[in-house]
This record gives sequence, structure tokens and C-alpha cells, in this order.
Amino acid sequence: MARERPISPHLQVYKPQITSVLSIFHRITGVALTFGLILLIAWIFTLSLGEEYFEYFVMFIKSWFGLLILFGFTFALNYHLCNGIRHLFWDAGYGYEIETVHKSGLAVLVVSCILTILIWYLAL
Amino acid sequence: MAEFILPKNSKVQEGKDFPYKGKSENKKVFNIYRWSPDDDDNPRIDTYTIDMDDCGPMVLDALIKIKDEVDSSLTFRRSCREGICGSCSMNVDGTNTLACLKSIEDVKGSVNIYPLPHMPVIKDLVPDLTDAYKQLTSIKPWLQTVNKPKEGSERHQSPEEREKLDGLWECVLCFSCSTSCPSYWWNGDKYLGPAALLQAYRWIADSRDEAKEERLKDLQDSFKLYRCHTIMNCTKTCPKGLNPAKAIGEIKKLQLET
Repeated sequence: MARERPISPHLQVYKPQITSVLSIFHRITGVALTFGLILLIAWIFTLSLGEEYFEYFVMFIKSWFGLLILFGFTFALNYHLCNGIRHLFWDAGYGYEIETVHKSGLAVLVVSCILTILIWYLAL
Repeated sequence: MAEFILPKNSKVQEGKDFPYKGKSENKKVFNIYRWSPDDDDNPRIDTYTIDMDDCGPMVLDALIKIKDEVDSSLTFRRSCREGICGSCSMNVDGTNTLACLKSIEDVKGSVNIYPLPHMPVIKDLVPDLTDAYKQLTSIKPWLQTVNKPKEGSERHQSPEEREKLDGLWECVLCFSCSTSCPSYWWNGDKYLGPAALLQAYRWIADSRDEAKEERLKDLQDSFKLYRCHTIMNCTKTCPKGLNPAKAIGEIKKLQLET
């Protein structure tokens, strides 16, 4: 009787592809947005608790750590939005040629970076 | 739940080294996954150094040379050696391809060769494709009809209708695409995977087929079809330059229309 068969290596050996990396990043930013939403709710919640708590929250969000979280949040939002539009094109049947996939992926990265910088430029 | 880490019996260990003993200015190192059901060892990576002045240009040529001259126990599938049979699909230099169509020159540094990813291994580079074939069978890859063709006539198809099958019929069923798909890695038992779905679309798109509705209905399933998240690794890796992701997209579109 032969022994139980091993499973061949997968994540361990498959080279990261621009296709799969952007795809997993879409999911990661999606999860990050959920946590961002909790942050938004916390912000509104402190309002209901009173001025003092609200001040504390603003103090936290204005610290370097808070700003870093906000920066990540805006980038996640922009990436997820842009890549979401890319997904809509696919769902409509467009943009499946591998060259187009490379170009649209790059465009998503560039545009989401520009949008993030623009938002922070206008906000600060 | 997806298992990202290899189970204990699948962890890869260091293997044997087969250095090249002669003199050569043009050497190449091949690191090859080995596993045999006949002993109790875990999989290992054996290292073979080959004189490239005395070897054909493709990865399959090197494998055949190693089997002939260095280590006859090395096991792999191959037949046509020209990208028609789909037997020698494997993971070379980090992506899936047919060993016979992959030029050794295109690989910088040493050449790492593994079986198709996330599959049960029968021996060395030979994966167990039983379940993949079962999935292919499940989409009924043959012409289904209700009506008989006209007396004394065949089932006709216009050149335009025939053109719709281009990019679909060329698939050699090497399963490079399915085994490049992370979604297939994590849900390969329920998700049909790009290879079987491309075949499904090949019959849905055939003007002569009369079972289009049943075919679509059968695929209307959150796992069979909709585990495709348009990751696009399939299209990126297809050694025949086909586009399984687009075929799956067409099936999803048709699901909305019916």
C-alpha cells in the first residue's frame, strides 16, 4: 500500500504575479476599509459621548499614528475604488487581454496614488 | 478553509547533488522536486548540473538528458515534445508551463522545477489529475443535441459561427491554468477551475450544441463558477496563449442574460 501522497508546493514556489498580487491587494484593502468604517463610527460615537471624548478622539487621530491610519485608509479607499472599476469592466466583458490587464493594473496603482496624494494635499 | 502552509508530509527537504564532472564553460543547474511513494522520505530537491553545449534548448530536453544520462529514476510525463499533447505541464521558474515549450535560456540562474502546484503527487513531477479530469467530465465536453440533422446532411456551421470557437478548441488540457489559480488551490474540490470552465464555454459557444441552457444552469453555482475572482493568473500562465479568464467572464455574462 503506497503512502499518502504529498501536496505539491504552491504559494511557496509560485512567483508573485502582477495579476495575483493586485488581486489579493484588492481583498486586503477591502478588509482594511471595513476597519476604517469602524473608525468612522467610533468618531461619530465619541460625539454622542460628549465634547471631552470627541477632543480625545481628535487628539488621537491628529497624532502621527492616527494620521498614518488615515493615510492608509484613504489609500485603501482609492485603490479599492479604482480596482473596483477595473472589475466592472471585466464583468462587462472588456479588458481581458493580458497586455490590457498589465496596463489597467498599472493605471489603478498610479491613479490611486495620485488620488491619495491629492486628497492629502487638499486636506493639509 | 484555505491551507496556506504545506502539511507535514509535504514539506520539501534538501536532496542529493549531482555535479557535472567533465569540463564545460556552459553549465546550468537544475533543482528538481523529487518524491517517491516507495520510501518513507519527505519530498526533496535534487540538484543536477548539466553541460548545456550537449543539451537541447528546452527544459524538456534537459529533463530527458538527466533521465538518460544521470538519474534514470527521475519521473515525468512527456509525449509529443512540441506543445500539442499537454503532458509535460509543470512549474518551471515559478510559473506553470509546458516543459517542451519553455526555453532554458529564458531562465536566469538555476532552473527550479516543481510539479503543477497544489496537487497530490504520484511521483516526482507527476501530479494526480484524477479530480481535474472528473471536473472536466462534469461539464459534459461533447456535442449535445435534441434535433436530428436534416436527412443525409451533417450539422452545418457557418465560418462566422466556427470562428467563435477559436481560442477555445486549442486547449491541450495541461491544467497549467487551473493549478496557477489561488482560488483553485483553496477550493479545488468545489470550484471547477479555468481549464474545465474554458471547455464548458467551448461547448456553450458552439452553434451546433442544443444544451446551452442546461449547461448554463448547471454552472449557476457559487462554487463551480463564481469562485473565479478574475485573478487572471490562468491567462498569464497559459502556455498556448489562450484566455480562460475571458471565457469564464463570457459564461458569467451569459448567466445574467438567461
